[in-house]
Amino acid sequence: MVSEDKPTDAKKTVSLLDQPLRVINVGLERFAEDLAAHGTTVQQVQWVPPAGGDARLADLLSKVGT
Amino acid sequence: MEKIEKANAEALRRLLVGEPVLIDVVPAGEAIEGLGKHHILHAGPPIIWERMCGPLRGAIMGIAVFEGWAEDLKDAAAKAEAGTFRFEPNHDYDAVGPMTGMTTQGQPVLVIENRTFGNRAYCAINEGLGKVMRFGGNDAEVLARLAWLRDTLGPALGRAIRETGGIPLKPIIARGLTMGDEMHQRNVACSSLLLRILAPPLARISKDSEALARCLDFIGKNDQFFLNVAMAVGKALTDPARGIEGCSLVTAMCRNGTDFGIRVSGTGDTWFTAPVEMPVGLYFPGYTVNDANPDMGDSAIVETVGLGAFAMAAAPAVVGFIGAGPASGAVRFTRAMGEITAGNNPEWTIPTLDGWGVPTGIDVRLVVETGIVPNINTGIAHRKPGVGQVGAGVVKAPMPCFIQALEAFAAKLGVVY
Amino acid sequence: MIRTEIRKGFYLDSVALMRAARSIAELPGIEDAGMMIGTPANKEILREAGLLDEAGTQAGPGDLVIALRARSSAAAAAAMTEARRLLDQPRRSEDSDTSWQPRTLRAAMHQMPDANLALISVPGDFAAAEARKALRRGLNVMIFSDNVPLAQEAALKCEARDRGLLVMGPDCGTAIIGGVPLAFANSIPRGEVGIIGASGTGIQEVSCLIANGGCGISHAIGTGGRDLSAAIGGITTLAAIDLLDNDASTRHVIVISKPPAPEVAKHVLARAGKSSKPFTVCLIGGKPETDLPANVRFVGTLTEAAEAVLGRKIGTYQDTLPKSTNAKLIRGLFCGGTLCSEAQLILQRSGLDVVSNAPILATGWLDTKGDSHILIDLGDDRFTRGRPHPMIEPATRDALLGDALVDDTVGVIMLDVILGWGIHPDPAGHLVRALKDRSGVRPVIVASVIGTEADPQVRSSQVRKLTDAGIIVASSNANAAEIALQCVR
Repeated sequence: MVSEDKPTDAKKTVSLLDQPLRVINVGLERFAEDLAAHGTTVQQVQWVPPAGGDARLADLLSKVGT
Repeated sequence: MEKIEKANAEALRRLLVGEPVLIDVVPAGEAIEGLGKHHILHAGPPIIWERMCGPLRGAIMGIAVFEGWAEDLKDAAAKAEAGTFRFEPNHDYDAVGPMTGMTTQGQPVLVIENRTFGNRAYCAINEGLGKVMRFGGNDAEVLARLAWLRDTLGPALGRAIRETGGIPLKPIIARGLTMGDEMHQRNVACSSLLLRILAPPLARISKDSEALARCLDFIGKNDQFFLNVAMAVGKALTDPARGIEGCSLVTAMCRNGTDFGIRVSGTGDTWFTAPVEMPVGLYFPGYTVNDANPDMGDSAIVETVGLGAFAMAAAPAVVGFIGAGPASGAVRFTRAMGEITAGNNPEWTIPTLDGWGVPTGIDVRLVVETGIVPNINTGIAHRKPGVGQVGAGVVKAPMPCFIQALEAFAAKLGVVY
Repeated sequence: MIRTEIRKGFYLDSVALMRAARSIAELPGIEDAGMMIGTPANKEILREAGLLDEAGTQAGPGDLVIALRARSSAAAAAAMTEARRLLDQPRRSEDSDTSWQPRTLRAAMHQMPDANLALISVPGDFAAAEARKALRRGLNVMIFSDNVPLAQEAALKCEARDRGLLVMGPDCGTAIIGGVPLAFANSIPRGEVGIIGASGTGIQEVSCLIANGGCGISHAIGTGGRDLSAAIGGITTLAAIDLLDNDASTRHVIVISKPPAPEVAKHVLARAGKSSKPFTVCLIGGKPETDLPANVRFVGTLTEAAEAVLGRKIGTYQDTLPKSTNAKLIRGLFCGGTLCSEAQLILQRSGLDVVSNAPILATGWLDTKGDSHILIDLGDDRFTRGRPHPMIEPATRDALLGDALVDDTVGVIMLDVILGWGIHPDPAGHLVRALKDRSGVRPVIVASVIGTEADPQVRSSQVRKLTDAGIIVASSNANAAEIALQCVR
């Protein structure tokens, strides 16, 4: 699959480069610590595997998606 | 899935637009269709006599004697074993009851009408603290109190409430949240606010100042008087959200001392049950965890509508009372429940959270996904019938209930692993 | 003896667990220790490490396995107590704070409704689901996680494009947006050069060379390693070009990648050609296209890319180079895959026979025997499975370094010393300590230091530690390869 020549909505995306970053960090806590040390606004998510790692339930959940 | 999101949004809307009003107190047999002789409604999901815990059996024996269906407690027990009585959940009859939750035809019940949808919910009057039927008490003193409720307080309250034209309950709860109540383990503010509203009409209809004094005293001394009102409010608000196709929100949580049961809107009246867990909390002097009865009562209906443990941030004093950490940690409990709920109640807001409304609408998908189960603030009963409350704590709804519910919910939508 | 403890329903991120396991392994009387979530793959790793007993086998994917191999019960008991203490100590963020740490993106957005970027570093199996949730809430996404199925990457990037949002990654180790380093990235002064990179360490090398050359960057956008494959079609690269094209502070764009699929290359070059800004396209191992747009220039190394925007050559090593002894082979141990590729290129160009575990072009596979120069990418799965990335834990390189130091055939050892945020606090110090026991004859060691003065490790201080230990510090990774060449001629 090669991408079609659909132009991206540059107007919407430009906000990422123009505004101060406000980051939600999902995963390695180290990254949130570094961002905070840098003065960037960051919210850490204490992520845990869905359904406590139960693959069957995670599969069901992904199908009835939240 | 969009269908589910739409169904959940509708259920949440119904939960939030309900207008619960206290309109009357009448004998349960008059209010509840089909509640007749030998019919004993109890807290929690369905359960047979053989599996019931001590306090629940004690209450059943007591209420059978009270209603005149047995000569004494021994006779009541024999009849119960023989299958004379019909045991069913309060929930199947538009009712709820705290702890053992006995509801029978002769007892007076509070009548709450949800003016938005027209449905009603019922709950008996709170007996007070100590040796009461709610904790399995069944001696002469307990039955005498029930008789007084039936013959004196119930009818008086009924008349007084009718006099007022109906008492809107949402504003009382909203106010209580700003005064340190969470409507499960702490109801003193709401009980006081309600008494202020009831006292004048009670006085106006009274012909006997001593009787009036007894009534006012009874209500005034019971910090938990409003619990039963709040429970009926919860029931009245959740019932219209039942049975919405594709909806994954919880419409009931309850326990009978043996099993914990939940119902989910999209799977109708099916109960998903699992063994109750033990509350974790503080015990009154002289009591320990060895004295505790497993969790029971329909009072988890208040958590089902965003109160109780869900509103813990409004009641920091409760945190210490139930041994759940420092009062400053109260916010964490409410935020945690925000992980598993569909939305917030804009009418029941919490001052310390800058007006964030109580998290409402438990989504079974989120419970299974995050591993966070609903917390419930609860009293802890003595496992021997009739001793009373021995402590208070937080109990978790068992995860297996939500897993079963998720699987059934998914299957109903044609989704399988 | 093996001691195991299982914590049911416990989860902590893999880096935190590895750190904790490492400190337990260093306790007296402990031979080895592991702390891993009980997935089948992890239990296999524990088994191979001789750390799996019956209890560990029973652990489920929602449980934490704490396993240690001890020489005595007393040592085991003490170590287990310490392990528990490490796990139970309050997380920094929860220390005196009694506020709730969100468990889901959903709840995080209650607390930060105006977030604009989700940085995702959960295990690869779960990363796409989290990214999708973020996109649906209007967030741009950076996926640090690797091992995300290609089909999921394609679906995510298509959805992002439709929503006007950016997906950086998967396997995106580096980005710098508005001067903010994300994941493994350096402190780079703001300037006029925009970078679009399919390689994290490639972005790091180029941005640092630019910074150390006195210039700066506007933004560095990571695209993930597969963005320019046929299956993905360069969705993020094209979106990044749009962004930098519209960004007033960007005057020059550098694109860094290995050679893209031909069709995709055409699209990207055509899009670059539509811009009024000059583009430098750096394809490691690629050949210049025959008809490039007028504003697009091709370079073959990261150093050349930096030189293109700096407008001058980057200084080479001035001092006299030592000649190595009879040993004539080069051994390269790289934390950065792209740096390994670049080194391979430079050695090949000079006609050398090179083998690698991550070969490009004429490089042979590592397993082939013979007298070849060996360049190893330590970030390759084979080395990182169950172990921290060498950029986080330099000790991961120690064993191979030790082998190289005593290998008679090795005349020069090449190393990349990578600095920046998210990375080990003192890679040079660690390296120097690892070499301390080696006195006497040893191979020449050439290092490139990828970092800036503003990085937490402070480049000059890291360079000094290395030079004090007799290590030659090159001016860039490409330069290090050239130095190595000269040493073995």
